[in-house]
Amino acid sequence: MMQQAVSIASGEPLLAVDDLVVEYPVGAKTVHAVSGVSLQIARGETLGLVGESGCGKSTLGRAVLQLRRPTSGRVLFDGHDLTTMQGDALRQMRRRVQLIFQDPIASLNPRRKIGDIVAEPLVIAGVKDSEKREQLVHEVLSAVGLDPTLVVGRLPHEFSGGQCQRICIARALILNPEFIVCDEPVSALDVSIRAQILNLLEEMKGRFGLTLLFIAHDLAVVKAVSDRVAVMYLGRLCEVGPSEQLFARPAHPYTALLIEAIPVPDPDVRPTETVPVGEPPSPIAPPSGCRFRTRCPRADQRCSDEVPELRAVAPGQFVACHHPLI
Amino acid sequence: MTGNNLLSVEDVVVDLPTPRGNLRAVDHVDLTVGAGQTLGVVGESGCGKTMLSRAILQLLPKKAKLSGRVMFDGQDLLQLSPEKLRKLRGRSLAVVFQDPMTSLNPVLTIGTQLIETLQEHLELDDATATRRSIELLAAVGIPAPEQRLAQYPHQLSGGMRQRVAIAIALSCEPKLLIADEPTTALDVTIQAQILDLLAREQRRRHMAMILITHDLGVVAGRTDEVAVMYAGRVVERAPTPALFKKMRMPYTEALLAALPRLDAAPHTPLPAISGRPPDPTRPLQGCSFSPRCRYAVARCQTEKPALTEAESRDHQFACFHPIEVRVGAVA
Repeated sequence: MMQQAVSIASGEPLLAVDDLVVEYPVGAKTVHAVSGVSLQIARGETLGLVGESGCGKSTLGRAVLQLRRPTSGRVLFDGHDLTTMQGDALRQMRRRVQLIFQDPIASLNPRRKIGDIVAEPLVIAGVKDSEKREQLVHEVLSAVGLDPTLVVGRLPHEFSGGQCQRICIARALILNPEFIVCDEPVSALDVSIRAQILNLLEEMKGRFGLTLLFIAHDLAVVKAVSDRVAVMYLGRLCEVGPSEQLFARPAHPYTALLIEAIPVPDPDVRPTETVPVGEPPSPIAPPSGCRFRTRCPRADQRCSDEVPELRAVAPGQFVACHHPLI
Repeated sequence: MTGNNLLSVEDVVVDLPTPRGNLRAVDHVDLTVGAGQTLGVVGESGCGKTMLSRAILQLLPKKAKLSGRVMFDGQDLLQLSPEKLRKLRGRSLAVVFQDPMTSLNPVLTIGTQLIETLQEHLELDDATATRRSIELLAAVGIPAPEQRLAQYPHQLSGGMRQRVAIAIALSCEPKLLIADEPTTALDVTIQAQILDLLAREQRRRHMAMILITHDLGVVAGRTDEVAVMYAGRVVERAPTPALFKKMRMPYTEALLAALPRLDAAPHTPLPAISGRPPDPTRPLQGCSFSPRCRYAVARCQTEKPALTEAESRDHQFACFHPIEVRVGAVA
């Protein structure tokens, strides 16, 4: 707890990702999944990370937690570089960081009882007192809105997707972590259940004092929970900024395209038919210069020659584009 | 009215036997689609929207029991022989599924699959069928269509595969296309492209379409009429503008309110619908939505509300305590 006070006082971010690169081989070729991403998350903040499938957002989330070791770059968590940590030190640090996955049913072992699944992080962390474990399991299950007495003895298949996601959240919270990576936590859920889980995450964030990296492809979902939003395309960040500002005045043509492509539940808003045809190129052979240039209406020679760096366009808003919209 | 309808679904019931007892997937549904019209069918998973589309296509699981009438283009599909049905499907009644890999054969080239469909239903020689295939691939926005004919589905991206599935569905100029969550598996920019493509081809071919989706945003801008399903039943049905302006069924309202909105400030709590849909093998005596409904009273638990007309004949809802008409209001 001392450490927390220190980093708040010094205003340091809880998490700082510095020039992170993740590449992996596919046959004789290399997938450039994450190519030099830098970002910071302040304590108590939710940073939303959006992008389409294959843009590297999940790989980035995993590399932050060292579930996939980055090729280069640094991940500073509360001042400690996770990329150089090994063995026990990394295990100790992992108690403070957790991950929630997209598919809640697949992330629960189908043959274990809910009580054991939720208690497992405690067992791994060396909490030997079984009564203490039981008490913590009951507390955390109640916190996520489940009745512990009805739940602990049952198996995952007896629960719906939304309930399984509550169980996953309980498991992520039981070690009282400081930081959670939520990787598409609601995209497998129905609309009516999605709202319940988003509200629960917000409530838990306040109650447990969490810092979140919230990864999703749905911009409206990301906006609902995030203080700031980072937009990723083909392994690079396009734009980072405060949520409201970024949605009101996107600076990157890709951010604008994403916002425009969202279907609006209002029949008076005619769908725009201006979305450019085309799909993201392969991360095995990303375009030179700006990676979005092959789909960008503003692209010119400079965009293929020169990689745009993130630069400020408004207070707190950064864009990597040679021809930003603002 | 019935005279103008290309498709009319009348009192359709689909029962599926399960180890836990009978599951009523579709519960007395009536729907109509006029020629060239688009009907959106909206509902969450398990509401019966896919089973309804399979009932129309007569592609239900073997054990399923179907009753009612499905009139398509003057014929009762339930009375047709398997042979006649097979000729109808793919010819004048086509379908696009959520996952294109469920309809594409992984071991046949794109060309073989397109040409086979064309030759099965239309008597075309090889050269004509090949030429038509290339035209179709070009029409659905596939670059270098000549080269694609020799490719296999796994060599294409998800968006491209869905374009191929649409090309096959459109190949015989169907009168009705059933698109079952055609963009759910796709990214948002690709989703917009595919929905645009379907709308464009529909206009061009004067084809009717049933667009099945869980996303109210998708139906808002792209359908003439919407049917909202819950627990196997149609609970509200209206022309699209009327539905969004004056929704009467509390479930429709709650579904729309639960969507995160881009115009809301971050950290605004969402009006979530508490609980979850009822177990379809344990049907409720009263209104299926009553346990989750904030307007429910005692009567809602004991009596099932019938689909009744609102102020106009084409707007119907199944609720004892419909939302009072407040223009533009979402509670």
